[in-house]
Amino acid sequence: MNRTKTLGVLIVLAAFIGGWQWGQQGNDTPQITSSVGGASFAGGFQPESGDAVNTALPARSAIGQTLVVNPGESIQAAVETAQPGDTIQVMPGIYSETVYIDKNDIHLVGVIQAGERATLDGLGKLNDAILYSGNNILIENFKITRYKGNGIMSQAGNNFEIRNNIVIDTGIYGIFPQLGTNGLIEHNVVSGIADAAIYVGMSDNIHVAHNEVFDSVAGIEIENSRHAIVENNYAHHNTGGILAFITPGLPIKTTYDVIIRNNFILDNNTPNFGAPGSTVAGIPAGTGILVMAADDVIIEGNIIVNHKVAGILINDHGNASGLTLDPGADPNADRVMILDNVMHNNGYETIDEVRAFALTELHTGDIDIFQIGPSDGSCIINRHRYHHVGIGDFGECDFTNTDSIHNYLLAGGAKPRVIEPAERGEIAYLGICAGCHAYNNVLIGPAVKDIQAMYADNAKGIASYINAPFKIRPEYPEMPAQNYLDAETQLAVARYLLTLDK
Amino acid sequence: MALLLTKITRTNVIQRVYPLLLLSGLVFFSSAAFANSDGSGVITLSDRCPPSFMLSDDNHCLLRNRYQLYNSLGDHGIGGLKTALPAHRDGFSPQQIDLGRLLFFDPLLSADQSVSCASCHDPNKGFSDGRGLSVGIAGRENSRSAPSLWNSAFVKQFFWDARANSLEEQALSPLFSLQEMGNNPTQLLDSLKAVEAYPRLFKQAFPNREQLTLDSIASALAAFQASLISLNSRYDQYAHGYAEALNAHELEGLNVFRSFVARCSQCHMPPLFTNQQIAVIGTPEPAGMPRDVGAEKTFNSAKLRGGFKVPSLRNIAETAPYMHSGRFATLREAAEFYTGGRGHAVPEGEELLLHWHISEPNLSSDELDRLVDFMRTLSDSSLLPAIPESVPSGLKTISEKQYEQN
Repeated sequence: MNRTKTLGVLIVLAAFIGGWQWGQQGNDTPQITSSVGGASFAGGFQPESGDAVNTALPARSAIGQTLVVNPGESIQAAVETAQPGDTIQVMPGIYSETVYIDKNDIHLVGVIQAGERATLDGLGKLNDAILYSGNNILIENFKITRYKGNGIMSQAGNNFEIRNNIVIDTGIYGIFPQLGTNGLIEHNVVSGIADAAIYVGMSDNIHVAHNEVFDSVAGIEIENSRHAIVENNYAHHNTGGILAFITPGLPIKTTYDVIIRNNFILDNNTPNFGAPGSTVAGIPAGTGILVMAADDVIIEGNIIVNHKVAGILINDHGNASGLTLDPGADPNADRVMILDNVMHNNGYETIDEVRAFALTELHTGDIDIFQIGPSDGSCIINRHRYHHVGIGDFGECDFTNTDSIHNYLLAGGAKPRVIEPAERGEIAYLGICAGCHAYNNVLIGPAVKDIQAMYADNAKGIASYINAPFKIRPEYPEMPAQNYLDAETQLAVARYLLTLDK
Repeated sequence: MALLLTKITRTNVIQRVYPLLLLSGLVFFSSAAFANSDGSGVITLSDRCPPSFMLSDDNHCLLRNRYQLYNSLGDHGIGGLKTALPAHRDGFSPQQIDLGRLLFFDPLLSADQSVSCASCHDPNKGFSDGRGLSVGIAGRENSRSAPSLWNSAFVKQFFWDARANSLEEQALSPLFSLQEMGNNPTQLLDSLKAVEAYPRLFKQAFPNREQLTLDSIASALAAFQASLISLNSRYDQYAHGYAEALNAHELEGLNVFRSFVARCSQCHMPPLFTNQQIAVIGTPEPAGMPRDVGAEKTFNSAKLRGGFKVPSLRNIAETAPYMHSGRFATLREAAEFYTGGRGHAVPEGEELLLHWHISEPNLSSDELDRLVDFMRTLSDSSLLPAIPESVPSGLKTISEKQYEQN
């Protein structure tokens, strides 16, 4: 209740300012700008090196085996067998399981035969279809349906490609990469999702292209992410088409450098069926593009047609309801840049809050672009083409296109940390062994100098012992096996131990 | 002792034996490793770093752990399995850490010399106290549960309501809280100076400081707390690539934990198992207790009414009961809260802006069991520090008191 009142107050205050600005700008002669051949955007992500690439997966250093999964067999069993570099081919048929990939460099590929796909069916009972936490993962050609949680979800995975999947009625998110760098999401068809069909959460360098998203609450959502391009998608019959958000209360608190271009965004008027309390539950049904608190968002070349509320809706946190307080998140949508878009028949049956604010600018009728709240440094070209509200402060953009930007993918992929064996050995020794061993004295196990005396230069001997210890000294407790360390780490820690001198 | 050991399975021998060794007094620690009497009865401070720390040439203890092999997005320290931890505090000297350990266990720090920091943050109870609401001097009951101190080095905001922004700021608060240790700065400094060893030990730990000051006390306590590292759980073994570390039930639990039905990992994010944000989840208070407004007070915002810091789940199985006021006795009950329905425990007339991830996951009984199985894999006390055999004041430490009670 209180929040409604707050909104009302804001609108009254804004009425005065807005009316004043409207009066100032009056009926200027339109400034007509050609977006053909003009200056391209000069900002955005600047790659450190390398030419533009069309792939997010780095070239495989070694091609592994191809494991084939047939109907009646378990995909997960194949994942557990697979080694980095391997490809898993899943033959057409129905598979009801949750597949989780907690390793690197696995390609999970559905085989499509005469239109029949490898289909993951959650039967309305299973939580998620595919989960992964690993780098260099490819997931393509599946059909995914009737899961309760997500179709495809990652938590921390760099260099991923999610391609050519059909995701139908899978609960909260269709495709949800989270906390990853360098990912490509393309040619997927996603529908019937209670939150976002494609949801990029807290990620960097993401390319979302050529997807069809429909019959969901949100079509494509870029949330608390940076360096993302959303292009050539078809978003229709959702509650909101394409979103760029900062959601407050998340640990990564910015969204900036987002390009939304050349998408078909049509008829997103579906009544909001988001879960109570979810951020998307606040999207007014009939929104083409929604920018909330995100910075440096470029909107270019989209066809945005038939939206009840507005074609493009831009707002700050202060004019949204139901959001938590987050002093660490900048609430304003700054530097929004609107280039040429095709817009018509938007805002024809808008919500009361938008209509009331529009009236403060003496605006009635359709609304293609609606902006409320502070928005520093924003710009637009050819504003005279649109029905617009709240963009009196927007300047003229000094560029007309983003032609110079191919995508924000990283040539060669996001690089893992390079670890020298000595560093690996030191870390394992201090983080694990030092709990029981000290150089010169007895903690739980024998002193390191005594171990050195026993093994001299035999690092392999130590590695072999810690992998499968046996009792040597009756006065000490038996050492637990360190077989959870991989062979490389076992040897590194053995070598490090032999170098200790204090 | 040999008999005792034969009953213990091999893989867990360290976790299980170590506390036993400590409690039974069969501690192997020699004088060089930790502060101790050197035989002449004089307490000295260790010149070595605790495990998981490397001693630098200029006498700083620098943290080393296996998550340093990885990156994290924007260096935020959140993500999935092979993800770096958040930025941490380290760089204290071995002497500062060891002095902090002595202070931590010394009841001299409380007004009536009855409780030490370790009374509510007991190393044998996951650095908590096993109580729903903590008890200070003279049996004074507090309104919140004692949080675990494991992995404090990675924590950015302290107390359930996030009202302190550094370990040092946090450290002094309980000393002077009437409900906790009830002391005041004058008495604290006077009593420390009156003990023969302390001025000497402070000089050893802080050679550049002339006086024994509150700042030095806070620094030493911060140094000790930042040394409490627990990153060797079976979950960690799995995360670093040992698939066999978790059994089928625990893996099922991991997948429920990170699924978007339960959404646990959206706030309890690996690898620290917290995103360090404030969340309003609407847990009930114990019977008869008024609503704790939590972070509403800290941030002066009704939007955060009933909001509390998301706690790390590392060692969570060791720190029952659960939630800010200890309302849930078991992990199972705590997990079950999240499937009771959004706002089901919020009393009539109470307005809370519940977190968006508080939803209606309808978890099955089996799924709740699996979540508990998974949370139990987050336990590790392999780098538990030693409880001092004695503290400079000569007062009894918690282990001596427990020994007497047993």
